[in-house]
Amino acid sequence: MKIGIPKAFLYYRYRELWQTFFQEIGCEIVTSQDTNRAMLLAGTKDSIDESCLPAKIYLGHVRSLIDGCDHIFVPRFENFGKNDVMCDRFMGLHDIVRNVYPEASLIGFDLASTEHKSQWQAYLGLGKTLGKGAIEVLLALRRARLAQEAADQKRQRQQNELFRQQGVKILLAAQPYLIHDPYVGGPLTAMIREQGAIPLYSDHCCRRQCRKRALEICGNLYWIMNKESVGAIAMHRHQVDGIILLAAYPCGSDALVNELVLRKVKDVPVIQIILDEQQSESGLATRVESFIDILKERKRVSA
Amino acid sequence: MSKQKQKGREVPGIQGGKEQVFSFPHMGDYHVPIARLLENMFPSGRVLVPPPITKQTIALGSRYSPDFICAPFKFNVGNYIEALAKGANVLIQTGLGCRFGYFGEVQEQILRDLGYEFQFFSLARENARLKNAYQGFRQLGCPHSPAKFLFYVLIAAESIRIMDHFAFIMRERAGFAQRPGSFEYLYGCMLEELRQVSSIKELLAIRRQYNEAFGKVEMRQTQHLLRVGIVGELYTLMEPYSNLFIEKELARHNIMVSRRMSAAFLLFGKNSRKSLKDTGKYMRYWPGANATDSVAQSRYYGKLGYDGIIHMKSYGCTPEINAMPALHNVGKDYNIPILYLSFDGQTNETGVLTRLEAFVDMLEMRRKTFEEDGLSGRGHRFYFDKGSRS
Repeated sequence: MKIGIPKAFLYYRYRELWQTFFQEIGCEIVTSQDTNRAMLLAGTKDSIDESCLPAKIYLGHVRSLIDGCDHIFVPRFENFGKNDVMCDRFMGLHDIVRNVYPEASLIGFDLASTEHKSQWQAYLGLGKTLGKGAIEVLLALRRARLAQEAADQKRQRQQNELFRQQGVKILLAAQPYLIHDPYVGGPLTAMIREQGAIPLYSDHCCRRQCRKRALEICGNLYWIMNKESVGAIAMHRHQVDGIILLAAYPCGSDALVNELVLRKVKDVPVIQIILDEQQSESGLATRVESFIDILKERKRVSA
Repeated sequence: MSKQKQKGREVPGIQGGKEQVFSFPHMGDYHVPIARLLENMFPSGRVLVPPPITKQTIALGSRYSPDFICAPFKFNVGNYIEALAKGANVLIQTGLGCRFGYFGEVQEQILRDLGYEFQFFSLARENARLKNAYQGFRQLGCPHSPAKFLFYVLIAAESIRIMDHFAFIMRERAGFAQRPGSFEYLYGCMLEELRQVSSIKELLAIRRQYNEAFGKVEMRQTQHLLRVGIVGELYTLMEPYSNLFIEKELARHNIMVSRRMSAAFLLFGKNSRKSLKDTGKYMRYWPGANATDSVAQSRYYGKLGYDGIIHMKSYGCTPEINAMPALHNVGKDYNIPILYLSFDGQTNETGVLTRLEAFVDMLEMRRKTFEEDGLSGRGHRFYFDKGSRS
């Protein structure tokens, strides 16, 4: 059985988990290609014009998968607890895809911890729809979680080494599906490297600590993904030279949270970069270059 | 939550013997029961209803709000700034559902950065529960016992129910009154009376009295009755300034307007499990806030054979955008035209009115073709939909 996984949104958070899980229960995985211009255009054509950039990209990925696999994996995430809520977009994603592409065969799960649909219950349901036994699914889930944890820790170790390096360090605080998407955040990290600075990613920090520390900046924050990116700022603001807040237009939660971060974090230089589908690289390059120039100058003066 | 409690304790109820002046953002006519509620809760303080929303309010709100936030945030900030300028020092905000739950914290920071001094009281998420709300009110200086508190909350809730009941009837019939404006006049008189209300008995009397009065208004008989349902995001629907008075405009075109979304619906009539079921095959999961209601209500209007649906939201409303692909399919399957309108602070009135006129013309032509083809089995009667619990 071929399972298609769109390479967008939470793929960048659960890559190892999903890949190992489907392999363990004996499914073949088809991942869509890296985001490209044609995919974005196709996704934009199929989506409501006001939906956010990553949602449009997601639809482009789903569309590219329709012919190449038996089922497309579109899960629904609601929350991981009372104060760890996902953005509303993830709650509606399954229904959006179902209504836009009625011909596609979708599989997925519904993860809502406050309604007794925790991770293992969700995956158990998913295994049932694929005709797998409970024990097989739970064992696969256990291995998948270990694989994900190992991969996360490896990324954290690599990043911790970068913190010890000399040079201008810039923390990219954003949702993982923006930073790691080669079409959206890819050019930005390339530019930062080109300028001789070191990009650090907010999602390569310890997530559990980040979620706790986020409340130092935003007291009542309840979006889990934003907690993780803001928590990285709270944890590492004194170890880096500058912070780039990356947001997609028009992201619902980032609009509020980034505003609050810009108003509250005053001791480190912060800029907010907003990305949309009409992005021109030269405009982005000018902003990044001038920001890094300022950081270098600041560092030279203070030294 | 425990953190918030501590925060509340740090700030004592009355600061340095200064008089507390309470204020809150506007939403439609609901300032009447809310102001009454606050007056009852804080006999020692004063309640300041913010000045009515004008262009100036939106300009102020937009200037100090984040770039791509939805319009309700901007309206609220504008209301707060105007209220603070008039002397308010305790601001109240609620927050549930979508990102509305996080409005309070950001708005407080924006206003503090502007240099205002005030106490911010947020009834968001967990704090909106009755028990937590009571504790919050006590900390602000409410002297009442829980029983008295409940009594005043009940009066406010019942006022909202009465208001919405008559507002629903008004929207349906306003276009057909023999003397235009008679329903609006009656509704205005009722609001005046609700502003003074202090017992359940009075509320029941008001309900009885206006039931009679609304029934006595003379109506015109019409041959071609057009019916339009309005669905969408709650603030844009309930604050007429933010939707550029679209309901009045429709009434001017002699159209029966049905809108089931109201504060009473949110407080008493809403049942998310039921509305998810009512969306049928179009939605499988809850997409946040009131988006299932939009789909369920559209389907309901489609079944009743309404002539059209207007879907309104503020720009970038995530839950409603989640529901829009489903709405497209509802429109297609039930053969009912849907007009999608999106509002932000700078919406051009003429542009919206042009689109509305074109929509209404289209509905009229459609109705005529149906009648010529003998397909007029749908929705001929003058049907008053009272809503389940409106």
